[in-house]
Amino acid sequence: MTDAPPTPRRTALDARHRALGATMTDFAGWDMPLRYGSERDEHTAVRTRAGLFDLSHMGEISLIGPGAGDALDHALVGRLSALAVGRARYTMICDDEGGILDDLIVYRLGDEEFLVVANAANAQVVLDALTERAGGFEATVRDDRDAYALLAVQGPESPGILKRLTDADLDGLKYYAGLPGTVAGVPALIARTGYTGEDGFELFLAPDDAERVWEALTEAGAPVGLVPCGLSCRDTLRLEAGMPLYGHELTTDTTPFDAGLGRVVKFDKPGDFVGRRALEAASRQADSVSPRTLVGLVASGRRVPRAGYAVVTADGSPIGRVTSGAPSPTLGRPIAMAYVDPEYAGPGTEGVFVDIRGTREPYEVVALPFYKRER
Amino acid sequence: MSNPQQLRYSKEHEWLSAAGEDGVSTIGITEFAANALGDVVYVQLPDVGSTVSAGDTCGELESTKSVSDLYAPVSGEVTEINEDVVNDPALVNSAPFEGGWLFKVRVTSEPEDLLSADEYTAFAEN
Repeated sequence: MTDAPPTPRRTALDARHRALGATMTDFAGWDMPLRYGSERDEHTAVRTRAGLFDLSHMGEISLIGPGAGDALDHALVGRLSALAVGRARYTMICDDEGGILDDLIVYRLGDEEFLVVANAANAQVVLDALTERAGGFEATVRDDRDAYALLAVQGPESPGILKRLTDADLDGLKYYAGLPGTVAGVPALIARTGYTGEDGFELFLAPDDAERVWEALTEAGAPVGLVPCGLSCRDTLRLEAGMPLYGHELTTDTTPFDAGLGRVVKFDKPGDFVGRRALEAASRQADSVSPRTLVGLVASGRRVPRAGYAVVTADGSPIGRVTSGAPSPTLGRPIAMAYVDPEYAGPGTEGVFVDIRGTREPYEVVALPFYKRER
Repeated sequence: MSNPQQLRYSKEHEWLSAAGEDGVSTIGITEFAANALGDVVYVQLPDVGSTVSAGDTCGELESTKSVSDLYAPVSGEVTEINEDVVNDPALVNSAPFEGGWLFKVRVTSEPEDLLSADEYTAFAEN
């Protein structure tokens, strides 16, 4: 007897993706666009013009009530109670051992209202953990996964495109800020956030309005070369920008300090928080002997390192493991992120190779990110 | 997409031209396969002069998201590889049946289950 395969969930824009001829892929139980045409062209469009993404698989969770900030301070590693209304913060939720359950963006929508955005694959885990950890605080945790569609318009042309569809003060909207407004005549939370390394916006709106806003953005963006973009280029864009991906650089076996993201852990906040003890130990260890370091690798050749491949010395001794790898459209060469022994982590370290299906290929160790936009 | 009538096809999504008088056939991957791979960024082809066996792997194709084995649709000696496609793997996507051909083989034997264009089209669509 076998179980029937679970039906993948479809976003409010599913029919639109199919009409555009998208190659679809299963992603965390969602049927999502992988690419519409060439993923390299989509990547380049975001770097030089603009791209439009459907990210409705992301998991939204609301915390509401006078104790919502304190509840998040207890549940997460950051100090969210200090976040100003209208601002957003990148943070993480860890387990008791300091292992990362997910990385999150938290928006403060009001004095007593926060919106937590979790990765699709972890949304249930995060919802369950927040529900449990908010017990005892004056805060309600609400599953808002079905309440929002999420569109992102990313790239240097994105402010100009969005300005044509909203009266919101985009010039006053800083990076990692979000404000309620109207886009193409429908209410939306407009956030200046993204996962591409470019300027851009994420728009949280009612699923019933998604089609209308997608169409309006497509029309407004056409004159400046906006194209629909799938998850494939989103992955290469974030990799070039040195941004970690849960399940790759971040797992329950890694702490924020392993990932070089110890700065998100705020030990100076009042009260206890889940994972504090283990994270204090991880912090002390990172200050003396780090067990491993996340680095960037750039290929000399053209073969592409993939997640899980061993990083080795010239004689084949293992010194680390690739967590993400792809051909970089911007650099024109394969790149990877990898955890390596600290003695091999310095930029320019000689004698670092990746075992690509039995062949040792030389790699250059570089500091992350691979790509940084000019501001 | 249409699969050229004059070619034959393997279930591994390679195409094979009819052998010329010298017994040499040209081999590539189909447009269906190229679309499924996405942007091809690296191709590794068998060495000229080496012998390939029908159904065995003889190289690899890498795209942004994956790496796939290249299978020999027939047995024989490799007489030529497409250096253009080695230097510019995107040819596999832009012209899979023409400029994106991969290698040539002097055929010594071929399997019995090669498909006609119509048979392959039906196979690929299912």
